[in-house]
Amino acid sequence: MKITHHWLREFTPLDVGAAELAKRLTLAGLEVEAVTPVAPPFSGVIVGEVLSAGRHPNAEKLSVCEVTTDGSNRLQIICGAPNVRSGLKVAVAMVGAELPGGMVIKRAKLRGLESNGMLCSARELGLGLEHDGILELTPELELNRDLRAALDLDDTTLEVNVTPNRGDCMSVLGIARDYAAAHGSRYLTHSVPTVAAQRTDVFAVTIEEPAGCPLFTSRVIRGVAPKAQSPPWLRERLRRVGINSISAVVDVTNYVMMELGQPMHAYDLTRLNGCIAVRMAKADERLTLLDDKEYILDPDYLVVADGSGAIGLAGIMGGRSTAISDSTTEVLLEAAHWTPDILAGRARRMGLFTDAAQRFERGVDPTLTQHAMERATALLQEIAGGEAGPVQVTRGDTTPGAGRTEPAIGVSLRRSRLARLLGVAVPDAEVHALLGAVTGHVETTADGWRVLRPAHRFDIRIEADLIEEVARLRGFDRIAESHARAPQVAGYNTEQRISNDGLLTAMVDMGYREVITYSFVDPAAQRQLFPDIPALALANAISTDLSEMRVSLWTGLVVAARDNLRRQQSRVRLFEIGKKFDVQSEGAVLHEIETLAGIVLGSRWPEQWGSAREPMDFYDVKNHLMRLFSLTGNSTAFRFEPESLSCLRPGRAARIYRDATAVGWLGEIHPQLVKSLELAVNTLVFELEIDSTFVSNIPKYNVISKFPSVRRDLAIVVDESIPFAVLQENVTVSASGLLSELRVFDVYRGPSVDFGRKSIALGLILQDSSRTLTDVDADAVVTAVVARLRDELSATIRDQ
Amino acid sequence: MAVAETLSALVERALADVTASADLARLDEVRLRLLGKKGALTEQLKSLGALAAAERPAAGQRINQAKATIQAALEAQRERLEAAALDADLATGMIDVTLPGRGQEQGGLHPVTRTRLRIERIFRDAGFQVATGPEVEDDFHNFEALNIPKNHPARAMHDTFYFADGRLLRTHTSPVQIRAMRATKPPLALIAPGRVYRNDSDMTHTPMFHQVEGMVVGESVSFANLKAMLHTFVEHFFEQPLGMRLRPSYFPFTEPSAEVDIECVFCHGAGCRVCKQTGWLEILGCGMIHPQVLAAAGIDSEVWQGYAFGMGIERLTMLRYGVDDLRLFFENDLQFLKQFS
Repeated sequence: MKITHHWLREFTPLDVGAAELAKRLTLAGLEVEAVTPVAPPFSGVIVGEVLSAGRHPNAEKLSVCEVTTDGSNRLQIICGAPNVRSGLKVAVAMVGAELPGGMVIKRAKLRGLESNGMLCSARELGLGLEHDGILELTPELELNRDLRAALDLDDTTLEVNVTPNRGDCMSVLGIARDYAAAHGSRYLTHSVPTVAAQRTDVFAVTIEEPAGCPLFTSRVIRGVAPKAQSPPWLRERLRRVGINSISAVVDVTNYVMMELGQPMHAYDLTRLNGCIAVRMAKADERLTLLDDKEYILDPDYLVVADGSGAIGLAGIMGGRSTAISDSTTEVLLEAAHWTPDILAGRARRMGLFTDAAQRFERGVDPTLTQHAMERATALLQEIAGGEAGPVQVTRGDTTPGAGRTEPAIGVSLRRSRLARLLGVAVPDAEVHALLGAVTGHVETTADGWRVLRPAHRFDIRIEADLIEEVARLRGFDRIAESHARAPQVAGYNTEQRISNDGLLTAMVDMGYREVITYSFVDPAAQRQLFPDIPALALANAISTDLSEMRVSLWTGLVVAARDNLRRQQSRVRLFEIGKKFDVQSEGAVLHEIETLAGIVLGSRWPEQWGSAREPMDFYDVKNHLMRLFSLTGNSTAFRFEPESLSCLRPGRAARIYRDATAVGWLGEIHPQLVKSLELAVNTLVFELEIDSTFVSNIPKYNVISKFPSVRRDLAIVVDESIPFAVLQENVTVSASGLLSELRVFDVYRGPSVDFGRKSIALGLILQDSSRTLTDVDADAVVTAVVARLRDELSATIRDQ
Repeated sequence: MAVAETLSALVERALADVTASADLARLDEVRLRLLGKKGALTEQLKSLGALAAAERPAAGQRINQAKATIQAALEAQRERLEAAALDADLATGMIDVTLPGRGQEQGGLHPVTRTRLRIERIFRDAGFQVATGPEVEDDFHNFEALNIPKNHPARAMHDTFYFADGRLLRTHTSPVQIRAMRATKPPLALIAPGRVYRNDSDMTHTPMFHQVEGMVVGESVSFANLKAMLHTFVEHFFEQPLGMRLRPSYFPFTEPSAEVDIECVFCHGAGCRVCKQTGWLEILGCGMIHPQVLAAAGIDSEVWQGYAFGMGIERLTMLRYGVDDLRLFFENDLQFLKQFS
């Protein structure tokens, strides 16, 4: 909300400039987001009057003017504006004047005639964009006054960000009241004279929803001058706070709202049908509002209706059909109290962020309606005349003694509580004074104070609210920092799961770069990868390509890799740790599964001298995963099983198991997808569910063997269909406990091996913990292994 | 006599042969010819047996002297040749030490993670635990329990993503407060970093970003303690003394509530583009936990009180590393990411 420095000054004594004011407001919780002078700096411009204007003899578009600035002097000024004419009050930049932008006015000759100054347009003075002609000042302005003083141009606009709890600060009056409370100064309510009724007529109003409308104040004003224009001072004030001038009646209601905080509405009385009723909207009721748009109302909206139906959306916006027009002479003014509850969320739901709704939603002082009505009447009559009827206050609840919006509630503050929560002791007298300034009335109690909630403060209900007031108005800077005495309790820490920090480090050490991709993805892209996996869709996505929760981190990684390929990166190793959103298991129950996933493409080595340029393959990435698994101290629990997934290349995809639990996948992206997703051939992806993968064993020390190991190498030829895992299992079983390690040092297919078979070269590292193995021992193991492989797997031994 | 004469001639010839050996192989041949099993000197020693017992000691001594002389010469020549061979090897075995090394490259963390880890470290050192919570939340944890009932104007500050069944993507990490308080008895001190979501996207907003929530509950945890902790944090995070101020603000889940500004880390208060000439940078929101929030978490606000704060990790990352465009964090451009490792 915008206010101006000088407007505020009318309500509370201000001995500070705009910058200091902004700082003080900000530090009391009314954050000033912008401080803007209403006019740029200029000097030497004074109010003058054109005495005569005649055509320049040598230039068709120029006028030769005789101007006075003090009534007795006579200045010849050449002017090019079409609207210059005798009798006009003008802004005269005298010789020596400095205009915005630094231009200094000099005596000059224009087409042979001397010009002693310049008549200024609004734009030349930085007061607006109008450049159709020179600025036309109102005739009342005194000659010879400095224009800055005459038009109050040394004023400053402050844009205040009022938080949702502070409806009471949505006006000049409200901000003045809060400022005064914080600075021990007074604030003045404008003395608004009561405008005595000159007529007797009122317009009938009935309230069917007293809960939403406890109070509806209205007043008939007849004989208003149609097309009356607001005076320049009022229009200028509204402009400075960001409101366009529309018509005298509308300007007045806006002015009162900005000044006092009471939103008002004006109806064209002749267009009202029957009487006014405040009621809930009917189902699917239609209403065209002042923005010329037709709305279909929900039944939880409160409307103002007449015989023709709804004519306004209560507290939000008036209707088109009864609006003030430039022929309106008969007016009904409304200053109603709509409760925050009946407004809550309604404007937002319709996308209508009006000044009225903003205020009513936060809470408007219910005692304001009559005051605002008097102020508006006085202003309107001053501008557009007319005769006013009496102020009619219609109450929602007509039972005797009712009709107050809410009983005044008492709130207590304990001295001990204040000190304990803030961590400082505030002197009693200071608390008393601050609470008094905020609420108007403070009682001292045995353990503190008690106040009554003021009508304008919807946010003061409990003790904490009062603590906040005291802390805020005194200033948070007066609460000294002090460190808490922390309990010496160590946090929970486990060695039984590899921490995510540990995984991050491991991935980085293996050359991967971490990325962060959105948790919501493009459903079309996700379908390409996972056609059969159901996903959770957002009901109000920001765009279709971010509308579905990811079922795998691959969806985002694929995009990140592709984008980097497009940016000429040929070698990409990315990983991400984050949640995937799994809805497929156990019906519709959602599982957020924390996942480590990666994507790899490009060469095995960075481009460098002395190493071949080979692409990364499955086994390179498998090695990375095994290194991660070794962190658990239990890498033998992990198995890679050939399984298929539609997005992975058949025959190059593995499901990863930890014991019997499936924990992830590793595979090569399907060649068809490589093409459609614009990836590179040999793009590998992996994914591990962190909680089930990275359970860690606590290491258990085993005695180190003091005896040397013996190595025997074997080249085993087996059918292609026999996976290494099976070979390994058979070797292990037949090595009678002496196998300490099994290495694969070659895999060969070629002329010296039968077609359909492969040769796998194994290095058996044999060791015993109690003695040195002899050649005889080692040979016995080899014999047993060979026999077993021959019998179980039809293996032969090559070249041995 | 004959022995002696022959011996000196032998030594003389041997020394000449040793000196003439141009390489280690030749030298070894010479050694074998003299000292090997059938070497000349070995033969001399064998011949001792043919001498009279009285002559043997003197002759033996002479032969051993000759052997020692030859061995010393051999050893000296061997050292000379080895030194020469090493010199030759050194002369030809030079490498270009300026060529790049070989092997894998180091990867790197995302800058947001890097910042998160730093934040976690600072608070862990101060005795905070790190907690996490779900990203798909329900209305109760994200709003109701945080004193933001339906239709509350504060909901306008959160552009929420919803699912068809009414669940939502958490708009802040504050729900973790509720979950932690319901799970653990006070006193407690924790931070909760994580992803949060708001339906907003422009120059300065991305629909997903990261926050760290912090909370301390105890019997006398005060606003003064909050100020001290936050000031310590910002000075540790930016590794420099920094002015800090708290501005009263409004959050439904804290009261009193404050926005925290720090002295601009770029201009130190003089005013610059980053701080919009104010000299201050807004970096987080905080306050004393609202009694309603404690109540929703089943904690007696007459006994327990505490503070909470929340900050955006991207914001801190941008200030720390001078990143001027939020969107860069989610474009995952390797040229950007490589600058942070």
